[in-house]
Amino acid sequence: MTDNGALLEVRNLVKHFHVGGGLFGGAPGVVRAVDGVSFAIRRGETLGLVGESGCGKTTTGRCILQLERPTSGEIVFDGQNLTKLDDAGLRRVRRRMQVIFQDPYSSLNPRMTIGQILAEPLVVHGLVPDRAAREARVGELLRHVGLLPQHAHRYPHELSGGQRQRVGIARALAMEPALIVCDEPVSALDVSIQAQIVNLLEDLQRQFGLTYLFVAHDLSVVRHISDRVAVMYLGKIVEIAGRQALYEDPLHPYTRALLSAVPIPDPDVEARRVHVVLGGEVPSPLNPPAGCVFHPRCPIAVDRCRSEVPVLREVKPGHWAACLLA
Amino acid sequence: MATPLAYDLEVVETRRRWPEALRDFGRRRPLGAIGAVVIVFMLLVAGLAPVISPYDPVAIDFGAMLARPSSAHWLGTDSFGRDVLSRLVHGSRTALLVGFGASILGAAIGAILGVGSAYFGGRVDLYVQRVMDIFLAFPLIILALALVAILGNSIPNLIMAITVPMIPRCALVIRASALSIREMAYVDAARAAGFGHARIVLRHMLPNVMAPFLIMLTAFVGQAILLESSLSFLGLGVQEPTPAWGLMLSGAAVEFAERAPWMAIFPGLAISLAVFAFNLFGDSLRDALDPRLRTQ
Repeated sequence: MTDNGALLEVRNLVKHFHVGGGLFGGAPGVVRAVDGVSFAIRRGETLGLVGESGCGKTTTGRCILQLERPTSGEIVFDGQNLTKLDDAGLRRVRRRMQVIFQDPYSSLNPRMTIGQILAEPLVVHGLVPDRAAREARVGELLRHVGLLPQHAHRYPHELSGGQRQRVGIARALAMEPALIVCDEPVSALDVSIQAQIVNLLEDLQRQFGLTYLFVAHDLSVVRHISDRVAVMYLGKIVEIAGRQALYEDPLHPYTRALLSAVPIPDPDVEARRVHVVLGGEVPSPLNPPAGCVFHPRCPIAVDRCRSEVPVLREVKPGHWAACLLA
Repeated sequence: MATPLAYDLEVVETRRRWPEALRDFGRRRPLGAIGAVVIVFMLLVAGLAPVISPYDPVAIDFGAMLARPSSAHWLGTDSFGRDVLSRLVHGSRTALLVGFGASILGAAIGAILGVGSAYFGGRVDLYVQRVMDIFLAFPLIILALALVAILGNSIPNLIMAITVPMIPRCALVIRASALSIREMAYVDAARAAGFGHARIVLRHMLPNVMAPFLIMLTAFVGQAILLESSLSFLGLGVQEPTPAWGLMLSGAAVEFAERAPWMAIFPGLAISLAVFAFNLFGDSLRDALDPRLRTQ
């Protein structure tokens, strides 16, 4: 999957969390939150990362941002391997790689005004040393996200959820990043506000040539914003393809089941449609199944799936799936 | 560029003003308000001590030894003929100096250790907490006694000796609330923005644990005053002839308790009142600052 236009390349990313095993902590175990994930994002592209709760999509995002140190694997951002950088080197890279969080209520420091929040990165990284220029820049940032310069004097609790999320976006923009990891940026918002924020993200992408990793569980939002989509299940990518190909011709049985769970806003179509309903629960990442991790719930599993681990392979041009039967 | 939203234009005034907040505190927490009044009164007395005390607190008057409370000596005199009221008034300076000094130092060091410990986590947290546990294993007074014995008893050393046992108590409480702050997305955002550790701890985490910090601080002042009195009573605190409440209770006061009870009663009352006032105020402050306990 090496691509020369890639801004970000993730190779064999693994993040294990150790649980228990303390003095009174019970049996030690390893949660395989992310278990060998590889993908690349081209400059200016939006890669959607979907999957259900606990599949490791947020952890993947956090590893890319180096908020969690990966257990193994490589993260190459703009030609630099982040896993090998020291603190000072990482600090320089962080300017070009930003994040938007899910919860607009906990993502802003309640003791700082919006202006202070937006000015802080400019001061720390010495981007705009002049005070008056900084104020102007804060006003400009607020305008970019559809707020007013006057909002700089407000505290986060004086704003609505949607407005706070806009501030979160402005904060990410402040450092003029190349990549923004959007960690479920609209999941906590009302549907009407969701559309505004998604449109805002698209506008900003066009205006500043941003690259997004868009982590979400809402398939319709991901379809709207992404160029390519990756589907995760139990710490692994099971399918990755262009948006069109993935939504219209899913190759992995898990992707098919996910897509069939999305309601279609037409009662006639909905009544005639065949739903793929998965049995059972997602297995614990403490003790994932052998072979294909999806086989206990897969409607088309055969004996081979129990023992053989499927690798992500290019089934059709640009369309990768990790299924032995695809 | 997106167009500004119309509803953004109205200015919402949600921050309460000081006089209003004070009146509110007085109405909802009458006991806390009483505590606050006593504290303010003590501060005034301590500040104006040379002006309001009728006699020199260390002046010995053998002509008026063990005098009963009278119009000349409102609260009587001690075995050296020194005016009890004057000594009480000047003693408040010692009490407040040691009380505030030790609790501010102890709470501040404790808060930084607690927040740092929670922020760095892992090994740092483990070691800091174990050291705190070792200090917590000693009773407050024993630890302070040991420190005074090592350092010697001057007022700065006394403050130091009371500060040390305060540190782990504050660190423990602050760490607990800092742990929840650490999980907030804005701390992650600060890390993702490449801010240094010191900036994150001091600018993003410390201001958000101010509520428990202030509560600890007020509670500590009362405790520190009590501890200072205890140490002075045991002869390991403030030394004669410096006026201090604990000192006034000790020595001759015990000997003359039957003949001259005023020597013991008034300093005892002063200590109780001071500690009581700080505890009441601290409790009410906790209730007022904790949104979960705030009555609508």
